[in-house]
Amino acid sequence: MTTEMQPLLRVRELRTWFHTFSGIVKAVNGVSFDLAAGEVMGLVGESGGGKSVVGYSLLGLIDPPGKIESGSILFDGEELANAPERRLREIRGREIAMIFQDPMTSLNPVHTVGRQMDEMLRLHTELDKKARRQRCVEMLESVGIARAEERLESYPHQFSGGMRQRVVIAIALLAKPRLIIADEPTTALDVTIQAQILRLMRREIRQQGASLILVTHDLAVVAEMVDKITVLYCGRVVETGPVRQVLEAPAHPYTRGLIDSIPDPAHRLPRLRQIPGTVPDIRALPKGCAFRARCSGAAAICSEVEPSLVARAEGQSAACHFPLVSGETA
Amino acid sequence: MFAFTIRRLIQMVVVLWAVSVIVFLMMTFTGDPVFMVVPIDATQGEIDQARRILGLDRPMIVQYGIFLSGLLQGDFGLSYVFRQPAFDLILERLPATMEMVVVAMVIATVLAIPLGVYAGANPGKPLSRLIMSGSLLGVSLPGFWVGMMLIWVLAVEFRIFPSSGRGDIGTVLGVETSLATASGWHHIILPAFTLSVGTLAILLRMTRAGMMEVTRQDYMKFARAKGVSRRGVLYGHGLRNALIPVVTIFGLQLGDLIAFATITETIFAWPGMGKLLIDSIYRADRPVIVVYLMLVALIFVVINFMIDVLYTFIDPRITVK
Repeated sequence: MTTEMQPLLRVRELRTWFHTFSGIVKAVNGVSFDLAAGEVMGLVGESGGGKSVVGYSLLGLIDPPGKIESGSILFDGEELANAPERRLREIRGREIAMIFQDPMTSLNPVHTVGRQMDEMLRLHTELDKKARRQRCVEMLESVGIARAEERLESYPHQFSGGMRQRVVIAIALLAKPRLIIADEPTTALDVTIQAQILRLMRREIRQQGASLILVTHDLAVVAEMVDKITVLYCGRVVETGPVRQVLEAPAHPYTRGLIDSIPDPAHRLPRLRQIPGTVPDIRALPKGCAFRARCSGAAAICSEVEPSLVARAEGQSAACHFPLVSGETA
Repeated sequence: MFAFTIRRLIQMVVVLWAVSVIVFLMMTFTGDPVFMVVPIDATQGEIDQARRILGLDRPMIVQYGIFLSGLLQGDFGLSYVFRQPAFDLILERLPATMEMVVVAMVIATVLAIPLGVYAGANPGKPLSRLIMSGSLLGVSLPGFWVGMMLIWVLAVEFRIFPSSGRGDIGTVLGVETSLATASGWHHIILPAFTLSVGTLAILLRMTRAGMMEVTRQDYMKFARAKGVSRRGVLYGHGLRNALIPVVTIFGLQLGDLIAFATITETIFAWPGMGKLLIDSIYRADRPVIVVYLMLVALIFVVINFMIDVLYTFIDPRITVK
């Protein structure tokens, strides 16, 4: 793909740790990836795998006891990992925007939708009041909210969940950011409107030419939405690559397990396959590969040496001592 | 909103009527008022005559009727001591109390909100702990003791503030108040601060508790993700969501301070209603006590009504019914 081009976002060896009373939670522990302009990446993994923390780290929204320990976040050539708060504030919303998981709670209940939209433009543009209002109306219309002009005066509780997420998406896109991080944007919604919202999001983001990091645990969503996929397990990247390739020929047994646990109506399996065991306690990860206790192919070396990310095929890499060959099951 | 206002007005009338019954019964059953009027060596004939003149020989229900119709016309009777209308006596003292309470509430609010927001947003920081320890003192120290300490240190030892009395009085917009003069301000600082201490501490603790709850909410993080400054997030997005319990307590405290400024007024010899109330209780000057109780009841009812309306402005999800 666009290998010669300077990527919009280059994350290297990012480590975000939480220093809690019961030990250090290494939520993100050496994560690296690139994202080109206009590219859509899926960040996938189980709950507690550190997906959301990656998103918050990019925006510098990690609160104590959490901290970005080390690593580099190059956004358009600018280092964000230790950027001053002032600079980060300019970047948030204007360059990188975020869409949260639960639209019922991510809008402020005491402010009108119009005010919450206007705030974004007031912070990041030079537009005057009238122009800002005009832009808000257009944005609301483009995310499919009828009578937008009137709806600006409404409060969040006067919208349904799906409508609120449309508003959240509209707010995120208002200042025309170059990167959008969507943290499980449809998990809290009715199944019937999930696809609707996802398509809307993709369409709007494409239109603006922005890049998207879609944080999700839903591989079905990933398959439809993204160009490339990065799989996280226990704070580390275990596999990454173009979406088709990874989904069709996963090299890491964990990816395989995730794919197998999607219900497939075509095959009508009597029971869904699941990955045995649970995510280990991230405060006390065992030596070697973090996945080995749940892996049927684990051998002696897996409990000794932590596998590093090795290129497998065109653009695809996996961190496994015994990567799967095409078609193999874990 | 209109129906709500009407309903609340009716409620107000009912509450005031109930208070009038209680006050009337209290007056009737706590000793015979006739002995307040007649000389100590009055004969039985003189006593009976006084009783007849005062209408105390008539049936209770008739007495109440006379009392109530007096109330409705704003006629609360003459003070036994001052021989002036009791209502005018109270009204004369009202501005002194009100100005002290207003200054006290302003001091309390202006300090409590920022300190509470800070302590709520930064729990565990040394300054937050200091604020919380201080507020614990404020809640637990009795007002009269704080007042006495302030007089001792700032009025007696360092002579920065006067220890008692109200300063010069000026007229602003037709109201006579000591807030119009420098000497008035000089005199009001100590009593107002003394009065504010308890309220300050409670409001601060309520603000902190609210903010601690609110800072965990998603919309706070979403606001930060929009690039809003830390201050903007706390005050623009957080505070208003934390305000409902704070406003409730504010209303109760405001009523409390107006009604029970008595102790502070006594310590600082402040010529307000509370001081008059204490003096009237000593002298069993019942008409004054009646006016005072009715007025306090009215103030409480009005404040509560205003707080209810205020809720709907703070949180659009609340509607008055």
